[in-house]
Amino acid sequence: MEWITNFWVTFGDWVAGVLAGWGLPPSGVDLVADIVGVIILLLLGVTAVIVFTPMERKVIARMQDRPGPNRVPLYGTIIAFADAIKMLTKEDIVPTRADKLLHVLGPILVVIPAVLVFAVLPFGPRLVGQQLNVGILYVVAIAGMHVIAIVVAAWGSNNKFALISGFRVVNQLLAYEVPLILSILAVVLLTGTMNLVEIVERQVVPFAVVMPVAALVYTIGGLAEANRSPVDLIEADSEMVAGYLVEYSGMKFAMFFIAEYVTMFAVGIVASTLFLGGWKFFGLEDLLPVLRPVIVFAKAAFIIFLMLWFRATFPRLRFDQLIEFAWKFLVPISLVNLLVVAVVVKIPLADPVTEPYIRAAILFVLNVVMIAVAFLMVRRAAITSPRAPALKRIAAVEK
Amino acid sequence: MLSDYNFIGIFVVVAIAFPFIALGFAWLLRPKKPNPVKTDTYECGLQTIGETWVRFRAQYWIYALVFVVFDIEAVFLFPWAVAYINIDAWVLALIEVALFIGILTLGLVYAWRKGALRWQ
Repeated sequence: MEWITNFWVTFGDWVAGVLAGWGLPPSGVDLVADIVGVIILLLLGVTAVIVFTPMERKVIARMQDRPGPNRVPLYGTIIAFADAIKMLTKEDIVPTRADKLLHVLGPILVVIPAVLVFAVLPFGPRLVGQQLNVGILYVVAIAGMHVIAIVVAAWGSNNKFALISGFRVVNQLLAYEVPLILSILAVVLLTGTMNLVEIVERQVVPFAVVMPVAALVYTIGGLAEANRSPVDLIEADSEMVAGYLVEYSGMKFAMFFIAEYVTMFAVGIVASTLFLGGWKFFGLEDLLPVLRPVIVFAKAAFIIFLMLWFRATFPRLRFDQLIEFAWKFLVPISLVNLLVVAVVVKIPLADPVTEPYIRAAILFVLNVVMIAVAFLMVRRAAITSPRAPALKRIAAVEK
Repeated sequence: MLSDYNFIGIFVVVAIAFPFIALGFAWLLRPKKPNPVKTDTYECGLQTIGETWVRFRAQYWIYALVFVVFDIEAVFLFPWAVAYINIDAWVLALIEVALFIGILTLGLVYAWRKGALRWQ
């Protein structure tokens, strides 16, 4: 029964064995396996678009008390295929004033880093494109590149709305990248490795429970990096008609669309790897290893559901609030969190069995204290701020 | 070690090919009937006035500077974070990093006090 419970790995080994049996040298087998893996991961990213666009429309429709897409078969769930056909057959409009080269380069550049991230994301101890020893650093470095693509697209469009969104990209994405990296650093500090597979293996208690501060900061930063509402000021449609997307149509627009959903999916998988225990789920992963990728996808889908929930619930932030929130709240609290983790990691604990649980408990308590203190400080700052008369009134009423 | 990056290399090639294939496929299928109105700059129906390619405001530059400082800080902190769990003289390592982060925090406080972090 080993082959069926651990289907993915045995299937991979079997294919490699067949290829070797055909007389291919080991390097040739590796090459074929690499190419097949790349194509599978790429298709996985594109499949995410097909799965998550109907999910987004359905979930948000339900939250807004309307049916959502319901004219397409299967309760509207295959609407993504209709969208794909529409996008493929739409005319590609290039504005006469646009910088033609940059206008084309934008959509191309935005997709490449979005799909490249998938090279290191783990779906099981051996179900991973490539186990890099600098895995999470690779993810951060590659994912940061889409800023350039959006600036290129915004500048190349030669459109005022696009330019404003280009200005905002620089600010928003850079501001939220810092807390994102610092929250990831807390995980690296706790596990002592950047290898994503090892991070999952050293996660006895999911880090979302152990380090709620880092998990929250990561979620907010991930939202901003994936350009999701309420922090989607780059493409705020009510302020500047979708920003850098204004002058794009047809397949070029679809490229940005794909990049956005693939990034969302990647943020979900990274969050489930770093903070929700990756492919672990109460021992189910050892009972049925075949379910490991399914567990990762389920956790990623949960994170994406959270993102959709945020979008349906929260109003969009104002730009100055957005920037100040990143620099004046998220960055300081991440730095404090980093030092707290650094101290807790080195508390000497003798018993190796209970050690991770005790450490997790200590960290959890300290995190709750941090959240409480941060909340009180923000509250005090908000009340004493000259820019918040409304909050003052609320405080007066409470007294 | 270096062979770890074979896979990444293949992935880079395929990832670069992907948008070209998609756009090429669309190029085969899509109509092409441009006219001056259609290809005009879109501003909700109004004529665009003046030059679009203007200078970035100086304030973005200040944010970018603060970002560069913190990004480089992160690059320096990653090796420390990986090695820290195995260091025996951890108090020293912690004090050093606390100093490092402290100096950068001073920079952040300075920028904060100067009003560089306030959007105007």
